[in-house]
Amino acid sequence: MLPALIPAIPFLGACILMLCWKRISRSAVTVIGCGSVGLSAVVALIVAATVASAGKQPLVQHVWQWMQVPGFAAGIDFRMDALSVVFTLVITVVGFLIHVYATGYMHDDEDYGRFFACMNLFVGAMLVLVMADNLLLLYLGWEGVGLCSYLLIGFWYKDPANNYAARKAFLVTRVGDTAMAIALFLLFQYMGTLNIQRLLQEAPVLWQKGDPAITLIALLLLGGAVGKSAQLPLQTWLPDAMAGPTPVSALIHAATMVTAGVYLIARMHVVFELSPAAQTTTAVIGAITLLMAGVSALVQTDIKRVLAYSTISQIGYMFLALGCGAWSAAIFHFVTHAFFKALLFMAAGAVIVALHHEQDMFKMGGLKKSLPAVCWVFLIGCASLTAIPFITAGFYSKDQIIWLSFAAAGGHKVYWLAAVLGALLTGMYTFRMFFLVFYGEAKTTVHRIPGPVMMVPLYILSVLTTVAGFIELPHTLGHVTLFSNWLLPVLPAVQMAQDSVVMEWLSQLASAAVALGGICLAYVWVLKRPQGMVDFLSMPGQVWLQGFWKRGWDMDALNDALIVRPFVYLSQINRKDLIDKIYTGTAQLMEMCHNLMARTQSGILRWYIMGVVLGAVAILSVLIWRLHGVV
Amino acid sequence: MILLLLILIPLAGALLSWIAASRNVLWSRCIALASLLVNLVIVGQIWATHAATGGQWIYQYKADWVPHFGISLNLAMDGLSLLMLVLTFFLGALSVLISWKEINQRVGFFHFNLLFVLTGITGVFLTMDLFLFYFFWEMMLIPMYFLIGIWGHERREYAANKFFIFTQAGGLLMLLAILALYFIHGANTGVYTYDYFSLLHTPMQQDTARWLMLGFLIAFLVKLPAVPFHTWLPDAHTEAPTAGSVILAGLLLKTGAYGILRLVLPLFPEAAAHYAPWIMFLGVLGIIYGGMLAYAQNDLKRLIAYTSVSHMGFVLVGAFSFNTLAYEGVVMQMIAHGISTGALFIIAGALYERIHTRNIQDMGGLWSKVPVMGSATMIFVMASLGLPGLGNFVAEFLILLGSWQADRWITVFATIGLVVATAYSLRIMQKVFFGPSHQQYALPDLNKRELVIIVALVAAILLLGLHPQPVLNTSQKTDYVVR
Repeated sequence: MLPALIPAIPFLGACILMLCWKRISRSAVTVIGCGSVGLSAVVALIVAATVASAGKQPLVQHVWQWMQVPGFAAGIDFRMDALSVVFTLVITVVGFLIHVYATGYMHDDEDYGRFFACMNLFVGAMLVLVMADNLLLLYLGWEGVGLCSYLLIGFWYKDPANNYAARKAFLVTRVGDTAMAIALFLLFQYMGTLNIQRLLQEAPVLWQKGDPAITLIALLLLGGAVGKSAQLPLQTWLPDAMAGPTPVSALIHAATMVTAGVYLIARMHVVFELSPAAQTTTAVIGAITLLMAGVSALVQTDIKRVLAYSTISQIGYMFLALGCGAWSAAIFHFVTHAFFKALLFMAAGAVIVALHHEQDMFKMGGLKKSLPAVCWVFLIGCASLTAIPFITAGFYSKDQIIWLSFAAAGGHKVYWLAAVLGALLTGMYTFRMFFLVFYGEAKTTVHRIPGPVMMVPLYILSVLTTVAGFIELPHTLGHVTLFSNWLLPVLPAVQMAQDSVVMEWLSQLASAAVALGGICLAYVWVLKRPQGMVDFLSMPGQVWLQGFWKRGWDMDALNDALIVRPFVYLSQINRKDLIDKIYTGTAQLMEMCHNLMARTQSGILRWYIMGVVLGAVAILSVLIWRLHGVV
Repeated sequence: MILLLLILIPLAGALLSWIAASRNVLWSRCIALASLLVNLVIVGQIWATHAATGGQWIYQYKADWVPHFGISLNLAMDGLSLLMLVLTFFLGALSVLISWKEINQRVGFFHFNLLFVLTGITGVFLTMDLFLFYFFWEMMLIPMYFLIGIWGHERREYAANKFFIFTQAGGLLMLLAILALYFIHGANTGVYTYDYFSLLHTPMQQDTARWLMLGFLIAFLVKLPAVPFHTWLPDAHTEAPTAGSVILAGLLLKTGAYGILRLVLPLFPEAAAHYAPWIMFLGVLGIIYGGMLAYAQNDLKRLIAYTSVSHMGFVLVGAFSFNTLAYEGVVMQMIAHGISTGALFIIAGALYERIHTRNIQDMGGLWSKVPVMGSATMIFVMASLGLPGLGNFVAEFLILLGSWQADRWITVFATIGLVVATAYSLRIMQKVFFGPSHQQYALPDLNKRELVIIVALVAAILLLGLHPQPVLNTSQKTDYVVR
């Protein structure tokens, strides 16, 4: 099987849907929309099996020459290696489930076909991103998913708020993309190629560890990753991106696109290994982001915004792992996160649809009785997100990151502390949400019980969310390393600074304790003593602080004041183009002179004579003065 | 001989369609369209057969004109000329098609002017005699003046005059420089000629070369246009009829870029290199300044017009980077910008025909009414902000990759220009097609004729983005100045 088929099938689906969705029936749209992604998943599985059976030998396919000029060439070249296989499988399988779910979620939408056209386009672009063999093709996928994200956030285009959110997402990520583009220029300047494998092979030959040039390149790449993955300081677009339909949030803004930055850094890991400064920056950004976003998630009222901040926070964990050199741990967390966050988003979507597009958690409550199935799958997702020990995939992936943030060669006590604190926050915000939505008194009535087409994907994801953890178990618990072994040809094993089993136990105990502690706190906060919480929150300063966190630490206001408003102001005052004033001004001056001179031609003879006399006098006086001067 | 035909066919078409209009307007349109299609087929045929093989010059034709002054009918075609001609006849034929219903007054004279401009442009792209170059350069000007002044919108006379004065002033400087070059070459070698190939290596003082280069350069900077000579462009583009805007943005601006590549750099390589940092600065200034101006506009055509200023800044940055990557990018940019901006003007014209306004504040929510038009606009808006997979990305990426080797900071700011491009491009979509509809317009979607035009343009921009290799290969046949 050819790797190129994997992205080609969704692209084909997108093309067909775009051209003729108005002319074909709704069920045909469903078949094409879901079928293309499903077929792509099947091909991906076959390709993965081929790679696995060939001793993880990568499959490379040259499709056509994209551009070739003297000194530079880039092809439409795909490469399936262990890392690409992981991403491809997650994208196609989770993508397929979300597509199926969306047929139920979007069932009554008049633009049903347009929705699936964009979704298919997204899947194709995302697959190009993770399968590209050169950075330029990767950049094509990178921008392509940005476009689809833009189209789908603003899918309900009649509401201007959605368009602003879409535009913001595109613009903010474009800032990161600019940094990434400059990184490409630098890489090309030094190495004369953008082929990823050649870059990875030649970089260690060309540069010593810590060389300023490679640090600059790594930091610029990090800029691109930070934009796409909604990390500090470019994270502000993701909470607003929740304006899109919920399947979009699940697919693009939780499971796949936002982790593109993680993929980029893992893919270019050699560059980051050569630059300790850039790696530290990555870890610090991850640690700060995971804490800030966790705190923000704690005070949101909109269920989707909780999940959005949670996504930012969890990707913060991945960045932290990448920064510590724990490459496969980051990818492992990507996989489990894709499962449980897609599950959570879709379950939240089921609630939202059931309540007639109500998203405010404080208007929900008591849904355990009316939506028992949704409650159960949501609970499974929450458990995994909180990393409840032993039974959830989230535990194995997150625990690994927490341990390695301390024990890896690039780790540090402070990172560990941040990660554990983040786990506490995770437990709190997750179960605050869970209790608010499903427990307490019922405040609304359920209008629509989600049908099997929405529920079956949720069941499948619930299973995946639970069993996916068992492919990688820590030393202390069985020591299974299927996942990191699989990635070994692409991503090197983590360098350990600490290898004490006792310490690892302690770390695991701590993280398990804070996760459970977080749940208890949430329980007390929401269900046991809500009045106490109300009193606490109305304390002076608390109200402001809460608002501050809810607004995402006022990063929006900061961006507005520093970049957006100056730009808009400058362009508004110059709307008429000052430079044009020079030309029109000259023209006006000429016209003024002309008018002035024209006045002298008045037809009054006395004035003319006067002019002649005055002129003669002036000329004579000049002459006399000159002659006098000579004499 | 075939090169002469390429010039004569549209010229004959111009006269014939003028005459035919007095009998039947439809004939006039058909003759105009047919003559351009014939030329398109000819250049397409040349591209298909000759581009891959042979030396630098695909065709050459030389005949004496005024031998006494060393003026000859000297035509030649290399890769660059060929590509420009394909673009010329492609956009030319589309211009006739878009005017099919829009132009109903003095149809014959309109087509006469349209084809006459195209004849001038063809001449500029083919001639290798500086006197003849100037001749064709001026020949483009007058019919364009009429196109704006007669069939334009409300402020058409102001715009036409401004266009004329700016271009004419620049042209005069070029004429002076051409004459000076002619005499310097004659005095030094004894051979008085306007022949491009003979003048290429004229020995002269460094200072003289720099002054002469500025003479040529300013003419081309006005045409391109570069900041601060750009202010004729928004008025001319906005007021011109749709076909006029397409030809202005798609082709006339390209003659400026072509002039830089064909004349300024080869004739005065040392002087060009000397001023290169300043000119690149002008280019990057244009990218950002033009982008900011575009962002602030409410008139849709004016907005698109300013995006041209921004995009042509890339051409300037690339042309003065002196390396092959950037040159390839510049040629791609000329073609891709011609198509994407031409398409945006066509859409703006189609909207104006339907709702009789160009003010984007009065639009909004049009997607539900004209989804096909909206999708097409989305594609070209994305092209304009440099989305990979569409032609403009290949162009801008190659330019930036090349200019990075020449000047890093210029490139950094030019890259930041892509963020500005995102801002103004998305604003178009948001204001025109998304959001609530303020007015209850009843407007039909694209009709068959418009659909043919748009589909051709979409196919072109996609092909350029995904398979630019034929263009790149052809453009490599041109001998650029590399250092």
